[in-house]
Amino acid sequence: MNGFDAPKIEYFTVSPILIVLGVAVIGVLVEAFAPRKLRYPLQVGTALVGLAAAFATSVVVFARLNPFAGDVKAGKVVAEGALAADGPAVFCWLLVLVLGALSVLLFAERRLEAGVVGFAGQAAALPGTEAEREASTSGLEHTEVFPLIMFAIGGMLLFPAANDLLTMFVALEVLSLPLYLLCGLARRRRLLSQEAALKYFLLGAFSSGFFVYGIALVYGYAGSMGFAQIAAAVQADGGERGLLLAGIALISVGLLFKVGAAPFHSWTPDVYQGAPTAVTAFMAAATKVAAFGALLRLFYVAFGGNRTDWTPMIWAVAILTMVVGSVLAISQTDIKRMLAYSSIAHAGFILTGFLGIRSLDEVAAGGLTGVSAVLFYLTTYGFTTLAAFAIVTLVRDGGGEATHLARWQGLGKESPLVAGAFAFLLLAMAGIPLTSGFTGKWAVFAAALQVGAWPVVIVAVLMSAVAAYFYVRVIVLMFFSEPVGDGPSVTTPSIMTSVVIGFGVLATLVLGIVPGALIDVLGRVGVFIR
Amino acid sequence: MISTAIDVLAAEGGHSIPLVEPTSAGSLALPLVLVIALPAVGAAILLLGGRRTDAWGHLLGTAAVVGSFVCSLWLFLGLLGRGEEERQLGLDLWTWFATGRWEVKLGLLYDPLSALFLLLITGVGALIHVYSIGYMEHDVRRRRFFGYLNLFVAAMLVLVLSSDYVGVFLGWEGVGLASYLLIGFWQHKPSAAAASKKAFVINRVGDIGLSLGVGLMLVTFGTTSFDEVSALTSGASAGVMTAIGLLLLLAACGKSAQFPLQSWLLDAMEGPTPVSALIHAATMVTAGVYLIVRSQFVFEYSDTARLAVAVIGTITLLMGAWIGCAKDDIKKTLAGSTMSQIGYMVLASGLGVAGYAFAIFHLLTHGAFKANMFLGAGSVMHGTDDDVDMRHYGALQKAMPVTFLTFAMGYLAIIGFPGFSGFWSKDKIIETALAESPVLGVCALLGAGVTGFYMTRLMLMTFFGPKRWEPGVHPHESPKVMTFPLVALAALSVLGGLLLLNDWIVTFLAPVTGEAEEHHLPVPPILISALVVLVVALGVALAFVLFGRREVPREAPTEVSFLTRAGRNELYGNEVNDTLVVGPGKQLTAGLATFDRAVVDGGAMGTAASIGGLSQALRRAQNGFVRSYALSLLAGAALVLLALVVVNLA
Repeated sequence: MNGFDAPKIEYFTVSPILIVLGVAVIGVLVEAFAPRKLRYPLQVGTALVGLAAAFATSVVVFARLNPFAGDVKAGKVVAEGALAADGPAVFCWLLVLVLGALSVLLFAERRLEAGVVGFAGQAAALPGTEAEREASTSGLEHTEVFPLIMFAIGGMLLFPAANDLLTMFVALEVLSLPLYLLCGLARRRRLLSQEAALKYFLLGAFSSGFFVYGIALVYGYAGSMGFAQIAAAVQADGGERGLLLAGIALISVGLLFKVGAAPFHSWTPDVYQGAPTAVTAFMAAATKVAAFGALLRLFYVAFGGNRTDWTPMIWAVAILTMVVGSVLAISQTDIKRMLAYSSIAHAGFILTGFLGIRSLDEVAAGGLTGVSAVLFYLTTYGFTTLAAFAIVTLVRDGGGEATHLARWQGLGKESPLVAGAFAFLLLAMAGIPLTSGFTGKWAVFAAALQVGAWPVVIVAVLMSAVAAYFYVRVIVLMFFSEPVGDGPSVTTPSIMTSVVIGFGVLATLVLGIVPGALIDVLGRVGVFIR
Repeated sequence: MISTAIDVLAAEGGHSIPLVEPTSAGSLALPLVLVIALPAVGAAILLLGGRRTDAWGHLLGTAAVVGSFVCSLWLFLGLLGRGEEERQLGLDLWTWFATGRWEVKLGLLYDPLSALFLLLITGVGALIHVYSIGYMEHDVRRRRFFGYLNLFVAAMLVLVLSSDYVGVFLGWEGVGLASYLLIGFWQHKPSAAAASKKAFVINRVGDIGLSLGVGLMLVTFGTTSFDEVSALTSGASAGVMTAIGLLLLLAACGKSAQFPLQSWLLDAMEGPTPVSALIHAATMVTAGVYLIVRSQFVFEYSDTARLAVAVIGTITLLMGAWIGCAKDDIKKTLAGSTMSQIGYMVLASGLGVAGYAFAIFHLLTHGAFKANMFLGAGSVMHGTDDDVDMRHYGALQKAMPVTFLTFAMGYLAIIGFPGFSGFWSKDKIIETALAESPVLGVCALLGAGVTGFYMTRLMLMTFFGPKRWEPGVHPHESPKVMTFPLVALAALSVLGGLLLLNDWIVTFLAPVTGEAEEHHLPVPPILISALVVLVVALGVALAFVLFGRREVPREAPTEVSFLTRAGRNELYGNEVNDTLVVGPGKQLTAGLATFDRAVVDGGAMGTAASIGGLSQALRRAQNGFVRSYALSLLAGAALVLLALVVVNLA
C-alpha cells in the first residue's frame, strides 16, 4: 500500500483564491518580460480581468452554497481541512474582490499626477537625490504595485476562509507583506511614506510574533491546529486551561492589531497618513473585511465553546477602541489622520456587533446575528471609506494632496459637487439616517443588544455622538468658512477614480435607504462551519 | 343596499337623534367631486403657475368658483329630487391612512346641512370673486390673491363636505392657512403681518381643542367618521360626551371668534375687504356653528356642553354688540357686529334640537347681509382712498347711491326690520331662547336693541349728516363689477326670509338636526315679534338722537364714558390675553432659555470641553516613536491576558 495519499483539493471551490494569486504571479512575469510601455495597460488589464473572474467564480460558489435554502450550516470544508468555504467566508470574498477591484482603479489613476500613477517612480532612489529627480522626469513608474495588491488580495481571500491556525498565519503574512511594501511607495512626501512602511513592518512583525506564540500555546492545549479539533478540545475542557487562555490572548493581539483596535491601534494614524492614499483606502476598506472575517471565524468556531471566558475582554477592547478612536479624532488636523482615527472608532463599532455572538442552535434562518450584522457593517463601511479616501486624493495643491484640514476651508464654494459628496460620506460615517452608516450601526447595535451587551451599546451611542462632532466639523469647514486665498484645487480625475467615488456614494445611499435586500441575504448566509 | 336615511333612536330626552347613514351618491358623485376640485385646481394653477398666469389669473379663479357654484346648484336640485329618506349621500374616496387599529377614510357627505353651506360658500364666494376683480384691480399681486381665495374656497368646501372628523380637521386647518395668508396679504404693513400672526396663533388654541376632541373620539369610539360616531354616541358615558362637546366648543370658539378667543377677529380686518366679507363674515367664521350643528349627535348627549355653548354664544353676542357701538373704524364696527351675530348662531345651536335649524337659518341670512355690508364698506373705502374712519365720512348717500341703497338693505336686514331676512332669522332665535331659557332670551333681546343702535350709528355717520371728508378726497361710485355683487347680495338680504316659508328650512334640515317638539310659550309668537321690533326701535331711536341730531366730531372725543372706552378697547380682550397668557408665557420662555443656556448648554459645552481636553492629553501618547508603539502593544497584550485571567479566576 502506498503510504502517501495525494491531498484532495476542491479546485473549483477555491478557484477565486487561485485565480487572484495566479494573476499576481502573471503580474510578476509581465514585470519581468513585457516592455516598459506595455506594462501599465497589461498590469491593470490582467488585474481587473483576474478580479472579475474570481468574482464570477465566487458568485457561483456562493450560489452553490444555496444560501436561500434555509440550511444555516451550508458550506464545506475543503483542501484537506485547511479552508472552509461557507457563507460568511464567500461573502467576505465577494466583498474583498469588489473593494479590491475598486482599489485597483484607484491605483491605476494617472491623471492626478500628470500622467503617472501616484507611486514612487523608482522606490530605490533616495528621497531628495538626483536619482529621484531623474526617475521622476523620465516618467518612470512602479507597475509592480499591481502584482503586489493582487498578492495582498489573495491573502485577504485566504484569511477569512482559513480553517486552521497555520493557514491563518500564512494568510496573515501573505496579505501583510505586500501592504508593508506598498505603504512605502508614495510619490510625494516619500520620507513620511517610508517611515510609515517601516513602522508598519516593525509593529506588524511584532504582532505576528504574538500571534505565532499564541498558536503554539493553543496547539499545546488542543494538540491540533485545526479549528474543529480545537473546538472539540475546548468542549471537552481537558488539558491545561492556562495554556488556552494565554493562547487566546496572544492570538487576539495579532488579529486585533490587524483590525486596528485599541490598544493595538498606534500604528494606524501614522501608517494611514504616510501611505499613498490609494493604499490607505485599500487597507482601510479591504483589510478590515478580511481581518474581521478571520477574527469572527476563529472566535466563533475554535473558541466558541468558552465564549464566556473571552467576551468580557472583547467588551473592554470594544469600549476602549471606540473611545480612543472617537476622542482622538477630535484633535486631529490632518484629514487622513482623522479618517484613520475614525476607522479605529469603526473597528470598535464592528467589535460591538461581534459581541452579538450566539451558538448555532440559537440562530434561525433569516435572523439578525452577530455575523450578519458585522458583515453588513463591513459592507457599508468599506464602500464609504473607499470613496472618502478617493476624494482625499482629489484635493491637491503644488505639493500633492492637501491633507491639512485648514486647507479644506471653503471647499464647498470651490467645488460643491466634490465637497457635497464628501459631506454625504462623512454623514454616513457619523451614522445619520438615510445613509448606510445609520443602518450599519443599527444592525451591530441590535445584534449586541440581543445578547445583553447594553453597556457597550450605550458607550457606542455616546461615542457616535462624539464622532458626529468631528465629521460635522469638516462639513462646517467646507461649507461655512470662507475659502483661503490660494487654496487647494480639486483636480478632475479620470473615469477610474470617478467610478470609485460614484460607486461608493451610490452604495452609501442605496444601503441607507433600502438596506432590506442585503440584510435579508446576510440573514441567510448562515454561520461558520467547522 | 339602500338603508333609510333617518334611522331614529329613542333618546333619553324624548326626542329623536338622527344618525348619519349616507346612501350612495350615485350620479351626483361627479358634481360632488367637481365642486371641490374646481377651486382646488384653480388655486394650484394660480399659485404654482407663477407670473405666466398674471394676465388671466383673476378670471380663471372667478370661473372656478362660479363653476363650483353651478355644481352646488346641480347637487342641490339633485337632492331636492330625492325623497326625504334618501337625502344623505356618501362618497368614499380613498383610505387616507391606516394604522394598526384605526383606519381613516377620506370621504364626502352631502346632506341638507352641507347642501346649504355649499350654496352659501360658492354663491357668496362667486359674488366676492367678481367684486374682487374690481377691488384688487390695481394690486400687483392680484393673481396671488385669487389663488389664495380659491384655496380658501376649496378648503372650506372640504370642511363642510368631509364625512369624517379628520377630514373636517384638514379643511379646518386649510381655511386657517388661507385666512392667515389673506389677513396678511398686504404684508408690507406691519399691522397686517401682526394681525395674521395673531389670528393664526389664537386659532391654534381652538385647533388644539379640535384635535383633542377628535383624539378623544378615536380613543372612545375607535373611529372618527360621522356615521360610525353617530351610531356609537348613545352608548358613551355622559362625562366623555361632555368632554368631547367642550373640546369641540373650544374649537368653535377659536374659528368663530367666540369668547374667550374673540380678540383676533377685529385685527383680522387688516386684510383686504373682500376677504373680510368672505372669510371673516360670511363663511369661515361660521365654521364653528357648522361644527356644533354637525356634531348634534355629540351635544344631544351632554346638557352641560349644550349649556356652555349657549352661554358662550350669549356672552359673545353682547360683547360684540358693545364693541360695535364704540368703534369708529367701519370695518371694526362690522367685525364686532359679526362676532355678535355669530354669538346668536352659537346661542341657537346651544339650545339643542329646537335651535339648530334657526342657527343655520341665521347663518345663511347673515352670510348674505353681512357680506353685502362688508362689500359696501369696501366700496365706500374704494371711493374715499381707503379711509376706514367713519368720522371722515358723512353724506355719502348722494355720492355713492348704489352702495348706499344696497347697504341700506343690509342694514334693515341686520337690525331685523320686519319683512327683511334678518327679522325672520333673529326673531326665531330670540323666540326659541325665551322659550328654552328666559335669561338667555332676555340677553338676546337686549342684544337686538344694541344691534339697532350701533348699526344706525354706522349708517348715520357714513351716509348722512354733513360732509366730513378728508381734504382731496372725492368719493365716487364704484365700478359695475363691484356694484353688481352688491345688488345681488342686497336682493338676498331682502328675500332671505323666504327660506322660512312653510317652515321649509326646518323641515329640510330635519334629517340632520332632528325634529323638535313644539315649544310652549306663554304668549303668542306675534307678541314676541312685536316686542323685538319695539326694542330694536328703541335702539334705533337712541342712535338717531345721539348721532343724527348732533354734529359728529371729526376727531374721536377723548372724554368718554367707561362704556365707550371699554368698547373702544375691545373690552380689554388683548390686555387680558397679555396678562394671563402672553406675559407668563414670555416669562416661561425666558426661564427656559436661561435654563437651556446655563444647564443644558453648560453641560453640553462642559462635556465637549472635557472630551476635547482628554483628546489633547491622549494625543501625546501618539508620539511617533515606533519603540513607544511597540511598548504600548506589549502593554496591551498584557492587559488582554490579564482580562482573560481575571474573568476566569472570578
